Amino acid sequence: MLEVENLIAGYGGADVLRGIGLEVKPGEIVAVLGANGVGKTTLNRALSGLIKPRAGTIRFLGQEIAGLKASAIVAAGLIHVPEGRRIFPNMSVRDNLVLGSYRRGKPAREANLERMFELFPRLRERMGQAAGTLSGGEQQMLAIGRGLMGEPKLLILDEPSLGLSPLLVEEMFALIARIAGEGLAVLLVEQNVVQSLELAARAYVLENGRIVVEGASSQIAADPALKHAYLGL
Amino acid sequence: MFAPDIILAAVLNGLMTGSVYALIALGLTLVYGVLHIINFAHGATLTAAMFAVYVAHAVFKLDPYIALFIVTPLFFGLGYGVQRFVIGPASHGEDRNILLVTLGLSILIENAMLAIFRSDTRSIDVPYAFSSIDLGFTFLALPRVLAFGVALLVALLLGLLLTRTDTGKAIRAVAREKTGAALAGIDVAHIYAVTFGLGAACVAIAACLLMPTFYVTPRAGNAFVLVAFTIVVLGGMGSIPGALLGALFIGVVESLCGLFFGESLGQIGIFLIFILVLLVRPTGLFGARA
Ligand SMILES: Nc1ncnc2c1ncn2[C@@H]1O[C@H](COP(=O)(O)OP(=O)(O)OP(=O)(O)O)[C@@H](O)[C@H]1O
Ligand SMILES: [Mg+2]
Repeated sequence: MLEVENLIAGYGGADVLRGIGLEVKPGEIVAVLGANGVGKTTLNRALSGLIKPRAGTIRFLGQEIAGLKASAIVAAGLIHVPEGRRIFPNMSVRDNLVLGSYRRGKPAREANLERMFELFPRLRERMGQAAGTLSGGEQQMLAIGRGLMGEPKLLILDEPSLGLSPLLVEEMFALIARIAGEGLAVLLVEQNVVQSLELAARAYVLENGRIVVEGASSQIAADPALKHAYLGL
Repeated sequence: MFAPDIILAAVLNGLMTGSVYALIALGLTLVYGVLHIINFAHGATLTAAMFAVYVAHAVFKLDPYIALFIVTPLFFGLGYGVQRFVIGPASHGEDRNILLVTLGLSILIENAMLAIFRSDTRSIDVPYAFSSIDLGFTFLALPRVLAFGVALLVALLLGLLLTRTDTGKAIRAVAREKTGAALAGIDVAHIYAVTFGLGAACVAIAACLLMPTFYVTPRAGNAFVLVAFTIVVLGGMGSIPGALLGALFIGVVESLCGLFFGESLGQIGIFLIFILVLLVRPTGLFGARA
């Protein structure tokens, strides 16, 4: 459903991504791994239209989306839950979620909201609370919830387990498995290499703006030399 | 010293002036809160709106309070279009470029006004210009009382728009977290333009309220916007309640200073407060957040 070819993107004068090719199939969880600063977040930003790619193609559900504005890419069904959460701290949990369904009519919104509260019971309890006063873990749930409110077909998660306690990390991976089990495709950017390789069907390893390894997660997980070279394990 | 009646009358008059300042300051602070720039074309927009009200009266015989219902949507549309199709594209995604484009725009508008209307002072004659309301201890000019009511109503509606409607929530979302808003599917360019449109609509309403008792020249708007800028700093850059309360306060200060030090020195108090705020509390009264 997502096919990326020769994607080049960056900031100012410098290219961060130097020719990325990757693919996500319907319902699949795909991991993107790599050390700090290799360009994982930049890749997500280019896919979701926050920065304009300099070259390359991004096809999503048969449509070329490279260069479209972010809101149009969301409307197409590709939704990016960013690193750092980027929730609206001064608004209530409920308003944060509802803004994720900004383009839908009221019935769809209410239905989506009810689904989110089932998925994240803690958010229901904190419905009227200002989002900025939630704990880090709750804020991450809210960010994912807001993304899901837009009815994505592909969800990009940028380091969803960042800053969570080990117990919550487990919960987070279980949650990702659950939403993917409902048919949603997930592109997962993570530093938790071992767990990501367990969850994802396939993985790409990024280094210096290029993909240096790609393949089935099980193969990558079983190759100690490769893990040592690129993933610091 | 002055009798309490006279001081009370001055306070009431100050509140009425302040309410019109509030409309101008609301437009300025709204655009600042969302786009994080000072709209340098705000004064020129006010001037243009005042001329629009003048033309509506001189050519089409429209009363300013009727013209309000035409000039306001017109200026909303102009503000929207200018941001969406001129300022936005010309600033290439950099908020600070927007500032420069608005500066250029203000020069353009002012010179256009100068070319069309020359530098003469123009005013309109309405039959109720000198009507007043008798409070027993003082008379309040009817157009100014109307201005007060309309300005407060508009401030209330703006507050409701921002807190209760989808578009308003989207505006607040973009103001606080632009990237998050874009990723939630909000069209940031559209929201920027709506905000700019609302800013222009605010000054358009202010123009309709001013023209029954005021005059217009190609630079008339600037004096108001200078005061409005003081108010926005006083109330906290980007704060809506701050702009409203700050404006009423500044209106009263101006009126009392005028009473005690003479009409021509009325605005001295405003600028003393401005300097004091910058020294003591640069975030303004309501500007808690950085
Ligand atoms: N807004 C920006 N302007 C300029 N350079 C940037 C910007 N954002 C990121 N970079 C640079 O691009 C490179 C890749 O950054 P990116 O955030 O994509 O890395 P990452 O793989 O997500 O890292 P991490 O694992 O630490 O999140 C880095 O060298 C970074 O300094
Ligand atoms: Mg990153």
